Amino acid sequence: MTEERRNRHRSLVSRLWLFAAGFFAFGFALVPLYDVLCDVTGFGDRKKLAQASEVVEAPDENRLVTVEFVSTAPSYGAWEFRPQVSSLEVRPGKLYEAHFRATNLRAQPIVAQAVPSITPQQATRYFQKTECFCFTPQPFAGEESRDFVVRFIIDPRLPRNIDRLTLGYAMYDAPGSG
Amino acid sequence: MSTVHTHVDTHVHDAHDHGPAKGWRRWVFATNHKDIGTMYLLFSLAMFFVGGVMALIIRAELFQPGLQLVDPMFFNSMTTMHALVMIFGAVMPAFVGLANWMIPLQIGAPDMALPRMNNFSFWILPFAFTLLLSTLFVEGGAPASGWTMYPPLSLQTGPAFPMSIFAIHLMGASSIMGAINVIVTIMNMRAPGMTLLKMPLFTWGWLITAYLIIAVMPVLAGAVTMLLTDHFFGTTFFSAAGGGDPVMYQHIFWFFGHPEVYIMILPAFGVISEIIPTFSRKRLFGYDAMVYAIASIAFLSFIVWAHHMFTVGMPLAGQMFFMLATMLIAVPTGVKVFNWAATMYKGSLTFEPPMLFALAFVFLFTIGGFSGLMLAIAPADFQYHDTYFVVAHFHYVLVPGAVFAIMAAVYFWLPKWTGRMYNMKLAKTHFWLSAIFVNVLFFPQHFLGLAGMPRRIPDYSTQFADWNMVSSIGAFGFGFAQILFLIVILQSIRGRSGVKATDKVWDDGMPQGLEWTLSSPPPYHSFEVAPEVK
Repeated sequence: MTEERRNRHRSLVSRLWLFAAGFFAFGFALVPLYDVLCDVTGFGDRKKLAQASEVVEAPDENRLVTVEFVSTAPSYGAWEFRPQVSSLEVRPGKLYEAHFRATNLRAQPIVAQAVPSITPQQATRYFQKTECFCFTPQPFAGEESRDFVVRFIIDPRLPRNIDRLTLGYAMYDAPGSG
Repeated sequence: MSTVHTHVDTHVHDAHDHGPAKGWRRWVFATNHKDIGTMYLLFSLAMFFVGGVMALIIRAELFQPGLQLVDPMFFNSMTTMHALVMIFGAVMPAFVGLANWMIPLQIGAPDMALPRMNNFSFWILPFAFTLLLSTLFVEGGAPASGWTMYPPLSLQTGPAFPMSIFAIHLMGASSIMGAINVIVTIMNMRAPGMTLLKMPLFTWGWLITAYLIIAVMPVLAGAVTMLLTDHFFGTTFFSAAGGGDPVMYQHIFWFFGHPEVYIMILPAFGVISEIIPTFSRKRLFGYDAMVYAIASIAFLSFIVWAHHMFTVGMPLAGQMFFMLATMLIAVPTGVKVFNWAATMYKGSLTFEPPMLFALAFVFLFTIGGFSGLMLAIAPADFQYHDTYFVVAHFHYVLVPGAVFAIMAAVYFWLPKWTGRMYNMKLAKTHFWLSAIFVNVLFFPQHFLGLAGMPRRIPDYSTQFADWNMVSSIGAFGFGFAQILFLIVILQSIRGRSGVKATDKVWDDGMPQGLEWTLSSPPPYHSFEVAPEVK
């Protein structure tokens, strides 16, 4: 192999390895990019879902929206977790509250983290919570039962075609606990 | 061929003529592109049978409704392992083997550009697959969450989990090195006068495939690494409890996964574009269009991934975008299919085994393409998603698509490799059995899917019984037909069958590539002096 060919190989090979390394990094860059996309579009916006918002009440008396409540506890046998009512008829622009009851089925103390989601996802940015048990991890004693409250208001700018939305919570053991 | 060689050290590449090393050293220390190509092809043949046995276990269980033969967890392991073995063990290494053998011969290069890396990328594979297959014997069994490894299900895999992830890392490293080798060979080692747009289409298909590989295999490596750290190191990339999102895994996975399906088909397009002109005795119709079509398909493959996940609850705008972008792929693919048809138009066709496989490819791959278009329609996909319709679709593009193209390539170049014609009658029998049974096997799965039978389930409702039985009969017919393939190849390698092949092998006029200017078999070191291309 001539020296010149060796150099050409070397430079192309290093550029190709760099290309591959770039795409390995790109795989990880998709993680923050995914969040940015959610922020920009408001789809399933996790910041919005996990922060209290300041709102002014301005009820829209001409409109009724149904809010349904669902709950899941993915690790079987660890939690019992239910909404007190399955749905509410609400007026956009007015503050409401809903109650959930969670029971730690295990004998050991554990820290719980509830993760909210809104369906349809386009409604996420119009669903504002002033208070929610999902904002912070919740410590439980063994076999303790607790009632939780969420206070929410629906932004009157909610698109007209949405007349029903679902607030879902999944109850997890907080990372690093238990 | 000279046998005078005193080297123990076979990776010395001097200009003076020397033959292969003796015994096992020839293979373990191999740096010759033909030897490494042979090893890749034999390895993939072995994996084809291993994956095939797994497929037959699946079809045997599905022969009748109810649970007869295996337990459901093992059934799920079989669907997972069948896919991993066939994709990463059979189809991809087979194309890398063909690349190793043919690319240097087609562009007039003496060898691959990086022979030692070539050796390394092959020899990783036996270790990777030993690791992967050994998970069948660990506690809790082999991975059973599907080859897509969606969390959170895949995170529940037992000790097999880290083993299968390391195996995937190794396969990825092997393919990336193989792809880098292909690109450097093509870019730097073409004979004088061999401009890019004079390259044979097999080489073109591979050049573009190689770029796809180095773009997306690292993304897969990243995705499975995140699974690994989620499982063992407390990260929460895909766990909602820690602010992650399991749907994000699907986005990252399919950003790899969709280009991956083109990695398995673009070299096949190249093979078919070599074979059809040869047996039509005409030049390929629309060479430039064929090259640009491959490039457009490769580009589009990066912007359609979410059509695998229409049902995750994507906004309407997203569904529209991915639906239309996916349908756009039908345009360059249509260009290719029509160009193959136009190549055959008014040609003097003969139907030797490679041509038979190539023709079956054109017909049956197109059926797979049409069911792909149906799946691309987002609202319809909600019905088809995760049913046997999807299974029928991707098996049509992979078995009578990619696998038939590999068989066509083997039947096309085998006389060039071994120097002997093979048993044509047996090869034609192999073709007809394969072509008939592959349809008996997969066509009824369209009906099952449209009727609502879910995939990856060991038992099913009795309404699906008839077509499942037909499909299983097809599977065993197809499986046993492949024994003929093995016999034809072994006979040809051992020189038991057929007359000596001429340099041109098939016809004096066509084919026209540089590989046909060499003797059959070609000398151990070919094109040590670069040929002049007009």
